[in-house]
Amino acid sequence: MSTRNTFIVALCALATPALAAPQPQELDAIRAEFEQKFQALQADYEARLKALEGRVQAAETQAGAAQATAQTAAATAEQTAQAAPPPPPPSSAFNPDISLILQGAYNDRAGGERPISGFLPAGAHAHAERGFTLDHTELVMSANIDPYLRGYLNLAFLDDEVEVEEAWFQSLQLGHGLTVKGGRFRSGIGYQNEKHPHAWDFADNNLVYEALFGEGLLQDGVQVRWLAPTELFFELGAEVAKGQFFPGSDAGGDQNGAGSWAAFAHLGGDVGASHSWRTGLSYLKARPREREGWVDDLNDAEALTRFSGDSRTWLADAVWKWAPNGNPRERNLTLAAEYFQRDEDGDLTCIDNSLDGGACLGLTDRYASDQSGWYAQAVYQFMPRWRVGTRYGRLSSGDAELGLNAASLEAADLNPERWSLMTDFSPSEFSRFRLQFNRDEALVGEPDDQVILQYIMSLGPHGAHRF
Amino acid sequence: MRTAFAFMVLALLLAAPAQAALRVLACEPEWAALTRELAGELAEVDSATTALQDPHRIEARPSLLAKARRADLLVCTGAELEAGWLPLLQREAGNGRIQPGQPGYFEASAQVPLLERPTQLDRAQGDVHAAGNPHVQLDPRRMATIAAALATRLSQLDPAHAARYAERNTDFQARWQAAITRWEGQGARLKGVPVVVHHRSFSYLADWLGLVVVGDLEPKPGVEPSAAHLAELLGSLHARPARMILRAAYQSAQPSAWLSQKAGIPAVELPYTVGGAPGSDDLFGLFEVTLARLLAAAP
Repeated sequence: MSTRNTFIVALCALATPALAAPQPQELDAIRAEFEQKFQALQADYEARLKALEGRVQAAETQAGAAQATAQTAAATAEQTAQAAPPPPPPSSAFNPDISLILQGAYNDRAGGERPISGFLPAGAHAHAERGFTLDHTELVMSANIDPYLRGYLNLAFLDDEVEVEEAWFQSLQLGHGLTVKGGRFRSGIGYQNEKHPHAWDFADNNLVYEALFGEGLLQDGVQVRWLAPTELFFELGAEVAKGQFFPGSDAGGDQNGAGSWAAFAHLGGDVGASHSWRTGLSYLKARPREREGWVDDLNDAEALTRFSGDSRTWLADAVWKWAPNGNPRERNLTLAAEYFQRDEDGDLTCIDNSLDGGACLGLTDRYASDQSGWYAQAVYQFMPRWRVGTRYGRLSSGDAELGLNAASLEAADLNPERWSLMTDFSPSEFSRFRLQFNRDEALVGEPDDQVILQYIMSLGPHGAHRF
Repeated sequence: MRTAFAFMVLALLLAAPAQAALRVLACEPEWAALTRELAGELAEVDSATTALQDPHRIEARPSLLAKARRADLLVCTGAELEAGWLPLLQREAGNGRIQPGQPGYFEASAQVPLLERPTQLDRAQGDVHAAGNPHVQLDPRRMATIAAALATRLSQLDPAHAARYAERNTDFQARWQAAITRWEGQGARLKGVPVVVHHRSFSYLADWLGLVVVGDLEPKPGVEPSAAHLAELLGSLHARPARMILRAAYQSAQPSAWLSQKAGIPAVELPYTVGGAPGSDDLFGLFEVTLARLLAAAP
């Protein structure tokens, strides 16, 4: 024990030599320090004087050269104009940056419910619109709150409702690589999760995220991120949240403490000037209570299920980007892939639907599932404004343990999958039109060929986009 | 527990080696070169972009976040040039020193008057910058003003070496003024020469040398040159001929090559920034090469 203590003291001593200075020489040390500081002060003043002299000199030379010709005289006038204070910005400059995303589509697809076979649905229904549809209309506002904090709001407008997609504050001044975010935010897990639908490379979500979270995981809580001071990009993050969103549930979030927590690690870097990459590993724990989900039972009738238990998800992600000399303007390629594994363990109730010809009798029994899936996508910009992309996703519903409910619900290991092809045209950075084709077998046994024609418009200031 | 603590102390010592030099991350190569002139061995300078990359369109790559995390000073152009990527680096790097408004964030364009300030802000005008044209680095007179301001900022951040920064600035200003006089002598015959530019990247160069910009390959700033616009431009060149077409090293050669062939005038690739052509490895080289190429094309 004492050797360890000595070791620590020795380390501290090494780290701070000033503290280790012997007592008798303290006076000398103070004197030396004073002299050093005095000299630094002197040097500082000299430097400022010299800097001023330099500027005067520079101005003089410029003035001298300017007199030579009438043309440069104009330039001098400009230089003098610079000395005059610029007009004060209007107070409206304090208003938050506002931008608006307009998004809509024309969908040609099969109607009705198309749940992902073998999965409890994220969100109560799996209904997709067809024909002309107006997707989210997003309103984004953000500004620095004060020198220490920044605020951000993202509202999604749908018919009859406004959803608060994100509303958070973020620390700016903690330093040491630390950033804290509080409020409602898109979770930092996975790769695609933090991207809003307008930044997606395809018109719809990939199969993995659809099965895991619906659109993406939102968290009401606190996030802490730490970026390591290393050449290689290495980031750690953790979140504690209410946990009311799928795979959690409203009742699960109704408690003191946290209904869900998540942790993630990211690693990234460059390979030469043309390549860059990032990989990540994430974990999400949620405690759903009475989580509702509609599924088709063995009689092919709609059945409402309620699940209470633990949900654990692992996500691994990787993204690789290429652009000649690191200049993506002409051509660039993005490859991304994610894999997940989720196990849920708890009690499942299938609400009695026998009166409607269903197989459920309102029984509650143990439910345990071990599900996994992956998707991979490639998007290539082959010339300015034009991109093409392809994506494939495949899930495995695993052999669920249903107990008594095996008499009413299907337990087979199913493999929903989906192929997508897309091409998009962006007249400018602020607008995009996209044509996408899907071969959708998410509902196993009932394949659907889908065509989506989509537009995305962004109005207002430039938003910076994530990697 | 104690072993863990000792391990942590050791890890911290290894992770944060003695901070000898100021860590500077420049957004563009010209500011990296200027910082090297002013700080020499006092700073460890890195550039976020190269001359072959379009500073408007940079990905906020993980490697850039890692660099921003460790920087004591960001030296950038500003005026919204880096609006698509820099704010993300500043916000996500967990580094309070480099936030806007802090001494660790230096905007070159804020030190000098800007040209082409739009009177009307409308995206129908293309990717316009509210503060004015941000591509200030090709006017050596403005570069001198920016250098003096940057030297002051460096001594503010590293007061212990203030005298050295001032000394280096005086030395740089003397060499720079001498060079400007020389370049202005060489470039005198470029005055009034009409040129077509790919993007508004050369407005300050034109302003300095007296070149007259008579057309842009981009129909609107930031919008890709289209066949229709190029044909229209070619038509207008009959009425108002240009002597050459200028583009930056990172810009596509196709549109200017097409127009060059049709109009029978040379297309000139300029380094645009440090490292954009052989011989442009520092600020002096940048202007030497730029002038040499302009003079070669305008005999």
